[in-house]
Amino acid sequence: MSVHALRKSASSSFVFVGIGLPIEASAPAYQSHGTEGSHLTNITNTKKAFPVLAVNYEHVRKPFEIALWILLALLMKLGFHLIPRLSAVVPESCLLIVVGLLVGGLIKVIGEEPPVLDSQLFFLCLLPPIILDAGYFLPIRPFTENVGTILVFAVIGTLWNAFFMGGLLYALCQIESVGLSGVDLLACLLFGSIVSAVDPVAVLAVFEEIHINELVHILVFGESLLNDAVTVVLYNLFEEFSKVGTVTVLDVFLGVVCFFVVSLGGVLVGAIYGFLAAFTSRFTSHTRVIEPLFVFLYSYMAYLSSEMFHLSGIMALIACGVVMRPYVEANISHKSYTTIKYFLKMWSSVSETLIFIFLGVSTVAGPHAWNWTFVITTVILCLVSRVLGVIGLTFIINKFRIVKLTKKDQFIVAYGGLRGAIAFSLGYLLSNSHQMRNLFLTAIITVIFFTVFVQGMTIRPLVELLAVKKKKESKPSINEEIHTEFLDHLLTGVEGVCGHYGHYHWKEKLNRFNKTYVKRWLIAGENFKEPELIAFYRKMELKQAIMMVESGQLPSVLPSTISMQNIQPRAIPRVSKKREEEIRRILRANLQNNKQKMRSRSYSRHTLFDADEEDDVSEVRLRKTKMEMERRMSHYLTVPANRESPRPGVRRVRFESDNQVFSADSFPTVHFEQPSPPSTPDAVSLEEEVPKRPSLKADIEGPRGNASDNHQGELDYQRLARCLSDPGPNKDKEDDDPFMSC
Amino acid sequence: MGASQSAGTEHEFQDLADRTGFSLEQIGNINKRFRQLSNNEETLSREDLASIPALDNNPIRAQIINAFFDKRNLHQNETGTVQEIGFEEFLMVMTHFRPAAMGLTEEERENLRREKLRFLFNMHDTDSDGTINLEEYRRVVEELLSKAGTIGQETAKAIADAAMLEVASTTRGKMEPDEFYEGITFENFLQILNTFDIETRMHVRFLHMDTATLRCGKSK
Repeated sequence: MSVHALRKSASSSFVFVGIGLPIEASAPAYQSHGTEGSHLTNITNTKKAFPVLAVNYEHVRKPFEIALWILLALLMKLGFHLIPRLSAVVPESCLLIVVGLLVGGLIKVIGEEPPVLDSQLFFLCLLPPIILDAGYFLPIRPFTENVGTILVFAVIGTLWNAFFMGGLLYALCQIESVGLSGVDLLACLLFGSIVSAVDPVAVLAVFEEIHINELVHILVFGESLLNDAVTVVLYNLFEEFSKVGTVTVLDVFLGVVCFFVVSLGGVLVGAIYGFLAAFTSRFTSHTRVIEPLFVFLYSYMAYLSSEMFHLSGIMALIACGVVMRPYVEANISHKSYTTIKYFLKMWSSVSETLIFIFLGVSTVAGPHAWNWTFVITTVILCLVSRVLGVIGLTFIINKFRIVKLTKKDQFIVAYGGLRGAIAFSLGYLLSNSHQMRNLFLTAIITVIFFTVFVQGMTIRPLVELLAVKKKKESKPSINEEIHTEFLDHLLTGVEGVCGHYGHYHWKEKLNRFNKTYVKRWLIAGENFKEPELIAFYRKMELKQAIMMVESGQLPSVLPSTISMQNIQPRAIPRVSKKREEEIRRILRANLQNNKQKMRSRSYSRHTLFDADEEDDVSEVRLRKTKMEMERRMSHYLTVPANRESPRPGVRRVRFESDNQVFSADSFPTVHFEQPSPPSTPDAVSLEEEVPKRPSLKADIEGPRGNASDNHQGELDYQRLARCLSDPGPNKDKEDDDPFMSC
Repeated sequence: MGASQSAGTEHEFQDLADRTGFSLEQIGNINKRFRQLSNNEETLSREDLASIPALDNNPIRAQIINAFFDKRNLHQNETGTVQEIGFEEFLMVMTHFRPAAMGLTEEERENLRREKLRFLFNMHDTDSDGTINLEEYRRVVEELLSKAGTIGQETAKAIADAAMLEVASTTRGKMEPDEFYEGITFENFLQILNTFDIETRMHVRFLHMDTATLRCGKSK
């Protein structure tokens, strides 16, 4: 099958490379052939032919190997998904470990030393992209709603696991028959702390494929992220202690203090870098291309800085991503946003693949000390302590939760506590002076294998079997968004009536603080005033338009044939023929001009996308609007017949097409003037799309706008065409202004 | 502080507790709050509610206050508004914000959903005709964005229109060009907020209310 072929070829070339047999090891191509000393005989000075082809492997060895490894890993990944049934049954992580095992085995067979997962490489290069990806796209709402539960699981659960396992293993080692009486309590506790932490990489890899409901997902995932602080503290603590040998009360107290310092310090460092990144992004409007780099670099710096101080790097990364995201996204262009998203996904995918493969290779490589009892007991204890911990904690937590955790949820949370590469790397970091190091490493690897293979593979059928709630696949709906906000305000209000300063009250306070102070500093231009609902709406419109552009469809094939006309109240008087013709002509003239590409000028507020996108999008909108207009014009352009006014009662249609180049001041607008007696409810402006030029003025009149002249387009609208209609309640029954569906 | 409860009201409270599902302690606390808001009178008027400082920054303040005086929320089958409400009516409105208890049957859960969504629906349907038409929906969005300045006002229409379109598309599917969609009925409303787990989201914690300062102590 293709996979085998791939594997063989990849491994054989790896063999080739690994051994490093060059065809011809030579210095750089140009050689100074000895000047033909005519007096010298040709015996000593053989003139070599000019090397047309030479191989210099040493020159490129390191990058070559790295690139080859990555390529191999990705080809494997590709191969798995080509086999139809395999990826449905076996999670990818398992397959990758198996591949790693095979590759490691191959290398060993050849006689080379297989590379081990270097802890430095792991912690500094492979782990950060995954964590950043997780933190940047962390769903904030479920996370903050459940943060109490998550913290309890992360902190207390991990502590419980560590001590339970460490203690029981020590008890085990005391038994003579096991033959491990040399292991002291501290070593066991150290081992317990390494093995007890749920691993974010493994959890992500497995949970991604089972699409479980949001609550359980965020619980397990959040726990795996936040327990890093506990792990770091416990690990450092026990390692220090085991060198010293004894523990005093002061040490324990310092340990507790250390925990707070590590976690809060990590979060603080991350938040600082997050704010820096947000602030920087405020000024990037002229250099859009490097925007994503700021996001990545600031985050990486946050990670490195906190690692430098022995704070929790993972929490720093998460904090950085969470803090910077809302502000950065308000500032950067759409393309940068896409770039960030895809780069993060790409890097985290590569990292994850490499980690699992290396795990497999390291298993083959590493020194092993196998002790049946110890290993088996470890595995069993892992499971037992996890289950006990989850059940016990849930019992307590449910007293404080509104949405209780059901038994099914608890089961998944317990079963989803996978261990992974972090445990392995921490074990690998143990200095060689630990006499139990090999034993521990073996046990860790066994636990990892067990959780990833057994639990990873069986969790999907179990989820199906238990009929656990799956993730709701829902498109973003503007109605839901409206009601989410509405509900927030409603609950805040009711809490106010109750006199209860609860959850919503503080959230409201935070939002207000955010809006008045923080956003002002961190968001470019005037965007900071924009409420969330509007931002959401614009994003949705943008997505829809882009979808339309990409699918190449025109509105006539849109599934829903419901349009504004179905919603708007009726009874629209007809326009006179002459007017209608006039209107048609002008509109057509504007629509049918060729578009010219516009230089993108500097961006001002409400910037959503670049010139290129706007072209495509605007083209689609143009065509769409044109067709709509052609169809509906006669129905919807109205002339209020009985208006006394100096001008003929024609409504003002301000119309800017993006076909023409014009300066900021002069617009070839098409004006149908609305006479401006105040009794007229409102004016109508049919606005064509004006995305390209930020300085284009568009006139939008609200219902309060009495005269169309007054609102001389001081608003820049770089958004998609919006046809606003202001029917307004009109006593004369003449309402129902023309409007056009967008 | 609130007036002390007389022995006679204990009995009433029990009766109310049975009817509404609140605990005696919760009813006692709500009563204290009621007395504080109404200045120890028997009834609460709009001005009393309007004077709560916590509501000042709320964009939908007016709707919230109206909701308390809306007869439809008082579990009576009438429409219209009242000018003043007594404690019982106050409590009735508060029942809409009870959390979902554990171990509810599917039917009970569905009823709870309907009750809460009905409350929301009534807040939107200001003319009590059973449907939310475009104008009312626009007003809802405008109120929501009322703190957002001019930008908010202009896009409010667009947002409301888009939302209405969405409802129509979801509930009616295809429509002929000259058909008219009157407005969102309660059934449609239920349908579009189907994925909204309102029974868990729409609740206020009536737990241990700190009676000394009349602020609910449990903040989490």
